[in-house]
Amino acid sequence: MPPQATDPSASVALEIKSGSVNLLTLKLADGDLDRVAKQLTEKVQNAPEFFRNAPVVIELGALNTRQSTLDFERLSALLRSLGLSPVGVRGGHGALNQGAESAGLAVLAERVETPAREAPKAAVPKAEATLTTLGGGSRVIDQPVRSGQRLYAAGGDLIVLAPVSAGAELLADGNIHIYSSLRGRALAGVQGNLSSRIFCLDLQAELIAIGGHYQISENLEESIRGKPVQVFLRDGALIIEDL
Amino acid sequence: MSRIIVVTSGKGGVGKTTTSAAFAMGLAMKGYKTAVIDFDVGLRNLDLIMGCERRVVYDFVNVINGEATLNQALIRDKRRDNLSILPASQTRDKESLTQEGVERVLNELSETFEYIVCDSPAGIERGATLAMYFADDAVVVTNPEVSSVRDSDRMLGILASKSRRAEQGLEPIKEYLLLTRYSPERVRLGEMLSVADVQDILSLHLLGVIPESKSVLSASNSGTPVTLDEKSDAGQAYRDVVRRYLGERVPHRFVEEEKKGLFSRLFGG
Ligand SMILES: Nc1ncnc2c1ncn2[C@@H]1O[C@H](COP(=O)(O)OP(=O)(O)OP(=O)(O)O)[C@@H](O)[C@H]1O
Ligand SMILES: [Mg+2]
Repeated sequence: MPPQATDPSASVALEIKSGSVNLLTLKLADGDLDRVAKQLTEKVQNAPEFFRNAPVVIELGALNTRQSTLDFERLSALLRSLGLSPVGVRGGHGALNQGAESAGLAVLAERVETPAREAPKAAVPKAEATLTTLGGGSRVIDQPVRSGQRLYAAGGDLIVLAPVSAGAELLADGNIHIYSSLRGRALAGVQGNLSSRIFCLDLQAELIAIGGHYQISENLEESIRGKPVQVFLRDGALIIEDL
Repeated sequence: MSRIIVVTSGKGGVGKTTTSAAFAMGLAMKGYKTAVIDFDVGLRNLDLIMGCERRVVYDFVNVINGEATLNQALIRDKRRDNLSILPASQTRDKESLTQEGVERVLNELSETFEYIVCDSPAGIERGATLAMYFADDAVVVTNPEVSSVRDSDRMLGILASKSRRAEQGLEPIKEYLLLTRYSPERVRLGEMLSVADVQDILSLHLLGVIPESKSVLSASNSGTPVTLDEKSDAGQAYRDVVRRYLGERVPHRFVEEEKKGLFSRLFGG
């Protein structure tokens, strides 16, 4: 059977994906915008290609104890005049954030460090479940993974020999193998390893994802439901193929 | 050595208290010294189903708080003197149960009783997690419908991580599936999940199937654990369950629709 590209179909006008993007961070050591303008202009002129159209996040952490406001309109205009594109701020306190927001900047969450955050957040509303991180590379699980359980194989593969229930979640930096039914979620390559794969003997998943490219149950084709399959990425599209 | 059994479910109203009473009575009928504890502080009704509600003087919380001794609070069953009930308090809130307190009471009960059955409240709050924390065995009561199965699954996840056995790295709690309020006819009509469906989802050892039965209501109205009703199908099913729990091989009953008798076949009854 030929591989099935499950997405995008002709009628789909958009697709929401989560992934990590590298952003330049502009760390403000003080809020004197005249000095910032002078020094930044020099830097950009030294390496114009590097900075051209680069998205920038403004790091406000150092300003928190110094000041409660900043002229974000002016700062944004400055960045744009230098060919940068300011996208948001982070690390600031409430008042600074408010100022940034009214100037049309996004207030970004604190550093994204947990791999779970890399998963499509809108599709993972599992707040009360606790994440069990299994250290030491690849891990083998021989008990059913129940609703509400989240297992994360940091730095390796996750191999499960028992059913994974609806409402359970598997995460791995590497591949995920399930030698049974997958009714919950499986997210492989959560740190961005796009060559990781998911293998399972009975696909009934709520969600499958590789490196942040995901697909939800509703969009799984009937022809592969309940079948032994492997899931991988090809040219940015999630491919689900009979085993 | 006593064995602590928690009767749990996640979802409410599926038959935990009915099962706790029937199971405890079944163990006592087999000759074991058995205690049954109501962990549903604030909503006690085990004593009603056991028919001893008018003999409650002290309760579980009194014992935990040191306001009564265990012997003062335990109510001995009038039908089986090897069966005792530790009722819940109706007036306290669930916060009165503490882990140390529960452990102390269970330890003291273990000196006398061979089996200790814990009737868990619904939900995943304190009362329920304390009821399961010290358990050796868990009977997961499930109705053949999706939400109940899902909640049981969730409960099994909690059992596997938040129990004394899990925390101390001991042999895990033995988990049993008890399917209650089962109606083969409604399964045929597609209104309920079948035994096979539920087992497929939960992949758990099936301890028994209790049919939906009017005798359960009349038993609880009269304060008689349904196990004592020899004519009741549910009572028979609970007896089978106890025998299976004790290690006997007993075929499952009440799983198929009853064959219609000659009379109803002739007259389409
Ligand atoms: N096999 C059965 N057939 C018919 N009715 C039943 C059966 N088992 C339980 N019931 C009925 O279901 C209702 C709930 O039972 P029960 O109180 O045992 O559930 P529970 O799980 O303890 O509830 P809670 O979560 O509120 O503690 C009662 O009215 C009981 O009579
Ligand atoms: Mg109850």
